[in-house]
Amino acid sequence: MAKQFMKGCEAVAEAAVLGGCRFFAGYPITPQNEIPEYMSSRLPEAGGIFIQGESEVASVNMVYGAASTGTRAMTSSSSPGISLKTEGISYLSGAKLPALIVNVSRGGPGLGSIQPAQSDYLQSTKALGHGGHRLLVFAPYTLQEAVDIAYDAFEYAERDRSPVMILMDGCLGSIMEMVDLPPMKELSNQNTQGWKVGYDGVKRGARMITSIYPEAGLESNNKNSAAMYKKWQEEDVKVEEFMLDDAEYVVVAYGIAARVAKQAIMQLRGQGCKIGLIRPITLYPFPKKSFEKLNYNNIKAFIDIEMTIPAQMYDDIDLLVRGRAPIFEYGRSGGILLDDDGVTDAIKKVTGGQA
Amino acid sequence: MMEKIYSRPNCIVPMQSGYCPGCLHSTATKIIAEVIDELGQGHNVINVLPVGCSSMGLLYWKIDMVGSAHGRAPAVATGIKRSRPDSLVFTYQGDGDLAAIGLAEILSAANRGEKFTVIFANNSTYGMTGGQMAPTTLIGQKSTTSKKGRDAETAGHPIKMCELIKELAAPVFVARYTLNNPQNIRKAKQGIKKAFQYQLDGKGFSFVELLTNCPTNWGVEPLDSLKYMEENTMKYFEQKVFKDEEESK
Ligand SMILES: Cc1ncc(C[n+]2csc(CCOP(=O)(O)OP(=O)(O)O)c2C)c(N)n1
Ligand code: SF4
Ligand SMILES: [Mg+2]
Repeated sequence: MAKQFMKGCEAVAEAAVLGGCRFFAGYPITPQNEIPEYMSSRLPEAGGIFIQGESEVASVNMVYGAASTGTRAMTSSSSPGISLKTEGISYLSGAKLPALIVNVSRGGPGLGSIQPAQSDYLQSTKALGHGGHRLLVFAPYTLQEAVDIAYDAFEYAERDRSPVMILMDGCLGSIMEMVDLPPMKELSNQNTQGWKVGYDGVKRGARMITSIYPEAGLESNNKNSAAMYKKWQEEDVKVEEFMLDDAEYVVVAYGIAARVAKQAIMQLRGQGCKIGLIRPITLYPFPKKSFEKLNYNNIKAFIDIEMTIPAQMYDDIDLLVRGRAPIFEYGRSGGILLDDDGVTDAIKKVTGGQA
Repeated sequence: MMEKIYSRPNCIVPMQSGYCPGCLHSTATKIIAEVIDELGQGHNVINVLPVGCSSMGLLYWKIDMVGSAHGRAPAVATGIKRSRPDSLVFTYQGDGDLAAIGLAEILSAANRGEKFTVIFANNSTYGMTGGQMAPTTLIGQKSTTSKKGRDAETAGHPIKMCELIKELAAPVFVARYTLNNPQNIRKAKQGIKKAFQYQLDGKGFSFVELLTNCPTNWGVEPLDSLKYMEENTMKYFEQKVFKDEEESK
C-alpha cells in the first residue's frame, strides 16, 4: 500500500485505474474536471485509452462501445452532465454492460451552481434513465472510502453485468486527504469471456450485444433484473451504524453531510444527548435492515440531513419508519455548505435543546 | 454438372428477409455481407447497429454486432475501435439516425479521424417510424409531417452529408453511391470494399453514403421508387468520390 496525499477527483481516478480501468471518455464540467484531466495522462501510461468526447452523450456511448469489448470503462461528470448520460446508462443496463459512472454532484436544478450539493439522490437511486433499471449506487464520505469503492467497482459491474455509480459531491471531489492506494489489479481474471465482442484468435459463433429484445425476452430480462435487485438488498448493502444502541435520536445522512453530522453527533454525545447515525454507503440498495432492527420504543425522532433542499432521501426513510417516530429534515443547498454549527443547532431544535 | 456461380454470403443468416418488398436496405445488407466475405473478415468484423429500419441487419448478419442508441453509433464505434484496433468496425446508419439526432456524433468521429467505416443509408425518410420528414427529404417531397411537401422556408434544404464530411481534414475516403440498378450496386460495393480495405490498412475515417428508397413510406411501387430516385434523389445528391486519400497523393 502506498500512502499519498491526494485530491478527491484524482484519488478516485487513480483507484479506478488500479482497479483495472483502461478506457475513459468524458466531457469537461466543474467540479469534476480533475478526473478527465488526470485520466488524460494516467491512462496512456497504464496502456489505456482516454478520449475527450464531444458531449456527455457521446462519452457515455464511447464507454458503452469499449465495455462491449470487455474493456473496463469509465466516465465521470457532474449533475447536468449526468442528466445527459442517463440515456446511455439506460442502454448500458439494457445491454447488460459493466461500466463505472462517477457523479461529482453540484447544485441544481438546471445549470444550478458549480458549488457542491447533494441534489442528485433521487436521480441516482430511482431514475438514471428510462426503463426502470437500477444501479448499485455508492456514496463514500472519505477519500479512502471512495478509493476502496472505486477499486472494486468493476468487479461488481462484471459480476452483475450492470453499470455501477459512485455519487460523491463537489466537496469530496475537491478536498485533499491521505489515502492508501492498493496495488494494480491483474486483469486476467476478468469475467467477460462469455459475452464480449471482438475476435480473440479463436473462431466462434457471432455475438450480439443489444438492449432490444422480443417481448418475451425483454420480460424475462426484466424479471432477472428484479431478482438481482432483491439479491443486492440481501447481500450488497453497505452502511455505517454509529452510536445507535441507546439512541433516542437518529440522524440519517450520507456522503459529506454524514461527515458533518458525525462531528455534531460526537459533540452532542459529549453533552449527554443520546443520538446516533445511520449512514447509507450504498444509496441503492438502501440499508433497510438498519431501520428495521431499531428499538422504536426508544426513538423520539429521526433527522434527515442532506446538502440539498428539500431532502430527497426523506421518502425512503419514511417508508421504513412507517409513522413510528417523527422525521425532521435539515439541509443547505445551492452550493451553500453544511457546517458544524448549523447542523448542531438544527439537531438541537429537534431534541428540544436537550443536551 | 452445373457450375455454382452465385450463393448466399456466409455472413448472412439463411432466412427470409423482413424488409418491405423492394426495399434497398436489403440490397445494402447483402453487398456489405459479400464484401466482408470477400475480404475474409467474417470472424473479425464488428458492426454497430443504429435505430431504424437500418438496424434490421441484426436479424440477418451473422457477425459480431453491438446495438446502439439512436444516432450514437459513431460514439459506440469509437469506443469499440479504440479498444480493438485490429477489428474491422463499421456502423450502418439511416439518415434520421445519422443526419439529425446523431449529427454531433458523426461529425465529431469523422473530425477525430476515428479509424472505422460509416455506411450511411439515405432513403430521405424516417422509415421505421412511418415516413416523417427527414433532414434529407427533398424539397417538395411529401411525408407524414410535410404533407404538402418539404418547404425550404421552414424546414431548410436537404442536408448533404458527404459534402460536409469531405471538408474535414481527417477522413480518408468519402463517397456517395446509389443502389438504383445493378451497375450502380456494383460500384457501391467496390466503394464499400475500398473503405474497408483502407480501414484494414490502418488508415483513417471512411464514409460511404448509399442512396436508397422506402417504397412503403414514399407510397409508391418498388419500381416507381427507383424511377423517383433517378428523377429526383440522384439529381440532388451527386454520386461521386468526394475524397480519396490515395488518389490525392
Ligand atoms: C431517442 C429516440 N428518438 C426517437 C426514436 C424513434 N425512432 C426509431 S427509428 C427512427 C428513425 C429512423 O430513421 P432513419 O435513421 O432514417 O432509418 P430508416 O428507418 O429510414 O432506415 C426514430 C426517430 C428512438 N428510437 N429513439
Ligand atoms: S419501411 Fe421503408 S426503409 Fe423500412 S423496410 Fe420498409 S421500405 Fe425499407
Ligand atoms: Mg431513413
